[in-house]
Amino acid sequence: MDVPLSWLRQYVPVDILPIDLAHHITMAGTEVVGIRHTGEDWDRTKIVVGHVQKVDPHPNADRLSLPTVDLGEGETVTVVCGAPNIAVGQKIAFAREGALLFSPRSDKKEPLKATTIRGTLSTGMICSEIELGLSENHEGVLVLEDDAPTGVPLVDYLGDAVFELELTPNRPDCSSILGVAHEVAAVTGEFVTEPDLSYEETGESIKERITVDIVDSSLCGRYAASLVTGIDVKPSPKWLQKILVKAGQRPINNVVDVTNFVMLEYGQPLHAFDLSKIKDETIVVRPARSGEHLTTLDGTSRTLHPPMLTIADSENAIALAGVMGGIETEVRKETTDVLLEAANFDPINTRRTAASLRLKTEASYRFERGIRPDLVTRALRRATQLILEVAGGKVAKGIIDQYPCRQDPIILGITSSRIKQVIGTAFDRNEVLTVLNSLGFDQVVDESSEDSLAVRVPYWRSDIAIEEDLIEEVARIVGYDVIPTVPMSTPIPHRTVQPMIEFKEKVRDLLVGVGLQETISYPLEDALTLDSVQHKQNKMKRIKIANPLNAGVSYLRDTLRGSVLKTLKSNRRISQRESIRIFEIGRIYLSKGDEKGVVLPEEKEMLVGVLSGPQSEQSWHARTREMNFFDAKGVLETVFGALGIVAEYEELEDPSLHPGKAAEVFVGGQSVGIVGEIHPLVLNHFGLDDGSVAMFDVDLKELQTSISKSTKTYAGIIRFPESERDMALIVESLVPSSKIQKIIMRHKLVKSTSPVDVYTGEGVPKGKKSVAYRIVFQSTRSTLTAELLNRAEGDILRQLQSEVGAELRI
Amino acid sequence: MTDVTGVAAVEEIRAEVLRALEMAATEEQLEDLRVAYLGRRGKLTQILRSLGSITPEVRRETGAAANELKEVFEEKLAARRKVLADKKLAALSGQEKIDVTLPGRPYLRGGLHPTTRIIREILDTFVSMGFAIAEGPEVEWDRYNFESLNIPKDHPARDIWDTLWVDYTDDSGYRPMLLRTHTSPMQARIMETVNPPVRVVVPGKCYRYEATDATHEWHFYQIEGLAVDEGITFGNLKGTLYEFAQRMFGEERKIRFRCDYFPFVEPGVDMSIDCFQCDGDGCRICSHTGWIEIMGAGMVHPNVLSSAGYDSSVYTGFAFGMGPERIAMLKYGIDDIRNFYSNDLRFLREVGD
Repeated sequence: MDVPLSWLRQYVPVDILPIDLAHHITMAGTEVVGIRHTGEDWDRTKIVVGHVQKVDPHPNADRLSLPTVDLGEGETVTVVCGAPNIAVGQKIAFAREGALLFSPRSDKKEPLKATTIRGTLSTGMICSEIELGLSENHEGVLVLEDDAPTGVPLVDYLGDAVFELELTPNRPDCSSILGVAHEVAAVTGEFVTEPDLSYEETGESIKERITVDIVDSSLCGRYAASLVTGIDVKPSPKWLQKILVKAGQRPINNVVDVTNFVMLEYGQPLHAFDLSKIKDETIVVRPARSGEHLTTLDGTSRTLHPPMLTIADSENAIALAGVMGGIETEVRKETTDVLLEAANFDPINTRRTAASLRLKTEASYRFERGIRPDLVTRALRRATQLILEVAGGKVAKGIIDQYPCRQDPIILGITSSRIKQVIGTAFDRNEVLTVLNSLGFDQVVDESSEDSLAVRVPYWRSDIAIEEDLIEEVARIVGYDVIPTVPMSTPIPHRTVQPMIEFKEKVRDLLVGVGLQETISYPLEDALTLDSVQHKQNKMKRIKIANPLNAGVSYLRDTLRGSVLKTLKSNRRISQRESIRIFEIGRIYLSKGDEKGVVLPEEKEMLVGVLSGPQSEQSWHARTREMNFFDAKGVLETVFGALGIVAEYEELEDPSLHPGKAAEVFVGGQSVGIVGEIHPLVLNHFGLDDGSVAMFDVDLKELQTSISKSTKTYAGIIRFPESERDMALIVESLVPSSKIQKIIMRHKLVKSTSPVDVYTGEGVPKGKKSVAYRIVFQSTRSTLTAELLNRAEGDILRQLQSEVGAELRI
Repeated sequence: MTDVTGVAAVEEIRAEVLRALEMAATEEQLEDLRVAYLGRRGKLTQILRSLGSITPEVRRETGAAANELKEVFEEKLAARRKVLADKKLAALSGQEKIDVTLPGRPYLRGGLHPTTRIIREILDTFVSMGFAIAEGPEVEWDRYNFESLNIPKDHPARDIWDTLWVDYTDDSGYRPMLLRTHTSPMQARIMETVNPPVRVVVPGKCYRYEATDATHEWHFYQIEGLAVDEGITFGNLKGTLYEFAQRMFGEERKIRFRCDYFPFVEPGVDMSIDCFQCDGDGCRICSHTGWIEIMGAGMVHPNVLSSAGYDSSVYTGFAFGMGPERIAMLKYGIDDIRNFYSNDLRFLREVGD
């Protein structure tokens, strides 16, 4: 909403600087996002109002003329002018030599130079709008009102400040100059003078000529009309055009301009019909017939459906109620009689109509925010008065005012105790009343107690319904800044903890600790990406977005793998060779709905990590190598170790993982995720080079549950020394190391064991491998002797021989 | 065993051992010498051990001489050891010199996403003020996202939250399921499950049907806050948020509360801080207003309390919501919100440190 200061001043005195006024209005809830000054940069001595005294032809050019301009105090000057509209008697904006003007040729401001044009020296210029920065228009010179005082600085006559307001949806009243004037009055302590609405009615009685019938009063609570006959449709007077342009409207003709002016003044949309086009001079406010056609003012033919509301004559729809008029009944140059409409239409129906036709207008904006029906007759009278003033004619006697859904004024109570309860500070009753009065609220009964006050909500406010609304009115005008700032002193509530929240943070810290970078990606994906990394073919229905921003983000992801691989790919574009270790903790969304009872999807917290590229950056210390399965597994083992989790790994077939290089991860017998290298076909799908990309994909909920089951207890430190022995074995290649380790661990003296060498090749029979284990022995009861250790080794070897056919490598 | 006995034998050993000590050039040679003379079968040891089998007169003289030699030998041995050790240490820098300017062996270092970092920082300040942390669903019902927040269907305020809808239409022709447009639905969810007092902060992802630009993302995080109890006031709202802003942005920042509108609060608040780029003079960052909006807030609307089953005549409370990315942008000087979720590791590493 653009609010010119000059317009505002017609209703309320403003004695403070525009910037200060903007601050006060903003603090009170309606944000001023900008102030456009016009004329701020017009030099007071060099750009002045001039009076054209004569216009001589240029001796050497037909298209040029030599106007002589009076600049006041006896000063006259003759210049060369190229504008076709220059005429004797005009008041114009005159720029002297040296004035800074906008130059359309250089697209910037330049000082005006004296120039000789076709042999005649010109030491000044009669300005068009573009040179003054008023508009793009340079068709002709800017012609001022006749009352412009000759010789005064142009800025004093034409300068203004326009406030750009960003309105909140609850305040349609601020989409009017009068509504803003009431805000200004409240914050500055001034009073609003509303326009006088009187005019002379000299025509026939409107009721004898026009019939109005509201078919569905739930969609139109009030409909009023007036009639002006014998008018002259023509361009509006300068003052009206000027004010509309400042407020961001394009002048059309005097009748339409008046309806726009009054809409901006009161916030009540109006419409003018050419009466001669209304069949039977009958207005029917009715829902559209299914498939009914109407060509709206913008020239578009529209197909309507109920319950879209139309204004119809005895036969056809002639306007789309609350949204836009029809082209058929439009006021044109030849129109002589106008029927003026002001009405109140249902907000929801207007909103739906505008949305379904994609036709948001100044009118629909105001109606869908729920303006008050009290505005209807005020705005109608004001518009009638102005049409009479600018277009002449006769006004019919009386107005039509159908008001089936009469709204009584809203009376609300406000108590000091509630103010104290909500705000925390007591307010003096008189202070409250003063603030409310300044906003236009009147006190209604005086018998109320000292604690309470009853007020009538002003006719232009539609956002005040409960006591808290009044409390806000008081607080915002008094100023939030003056309300004392107090820390909370109520008891801290008992805290219920969601264990997953802390768990996620812990996992994040651990992963960062082993060198992984966290990433966060969009949870919406395309179906192809999701399909390409689908692990288990769970035929669950994916959740589709009805109105995705683009096809690439049309499904909620049911796996996090695609997101992380995409992140890998986008970074590979930047660096082909660098080491990339990334992880993401994020949700996947699994539909739980069947056809009947739809429920919200399950949102599972997942952890996916990806390692790709060299294990370390090339350095002088050691040669590097590509990361693979065991790097990803090592990350998991370190994190699990820190969490006190013991996991087991079993071979896994997963279509998105490399066959033979993938494992399922189990904790306490429960599958919690996978670790593996990505299948070459999947790498290909993501546009990644062949080579190993290792990934882990873990269900954090399962993982977190498995921890809470196994609480670690302190076992104590054993005081007897440990002994280490190495045992080299030859076994079948297919025997998993975990199986051998389990057998070794079964011996009661074994504390731990891990493979220290794995070898195939020369010296080892085909189909077999050599594996060496370091075994740590320890007894809780004594220091182990060589004899005991030898015996234990023998026992273990026998078990290995019988269970996995292992032989000692000699 | 030598033929010479008694003092003469001792003197013979003395001459021999002192010469040998001078000659010894390594730790090992010294140790060999010690073993040769003072070891279990060492020459001097044997003399000392044989003292019992000789005559008392000879024993006294021989014993005195042998013991004296033992002392001298041990002393000289220690002295000689020290000389050799010093020599060795003195040679260290020459023999084992490294190029200390070569880079060290690299250790891996990861990093948190800047959003995680800023959310932790924000939550920490509220946790220290007694707030608990809760999370909720991102796929929500219209009922929680809008209706329970005093935003009925077809309300013009819905224009504030352009919504991504789940492709599912119920029998009445409405789409009831959506991607939450803010974390505020958790207000209703929390109040439905616990009785007052409530003091909770809710971080989480939110979504809007919105074109992206330098300051708008369709996917972003929000942190919601809610405090409800008997006696919670607008003054407390100011007090709590003031404390937060000072901790987050520094005590020198000015904090401004102005009236704003959100359907689920009354009175409604916008909290801004003075622009740290221009200190309030007006610049590009603050759109020349001198102020930067940090969050929306307000006293919980009585309709929201009642619809969750709270008695709005007894209980009052405040709620607030803020965008952590925006706060991170201000704190770290990031100029484009699209950096956050495009996952360029160069950005994440630089900002995440």
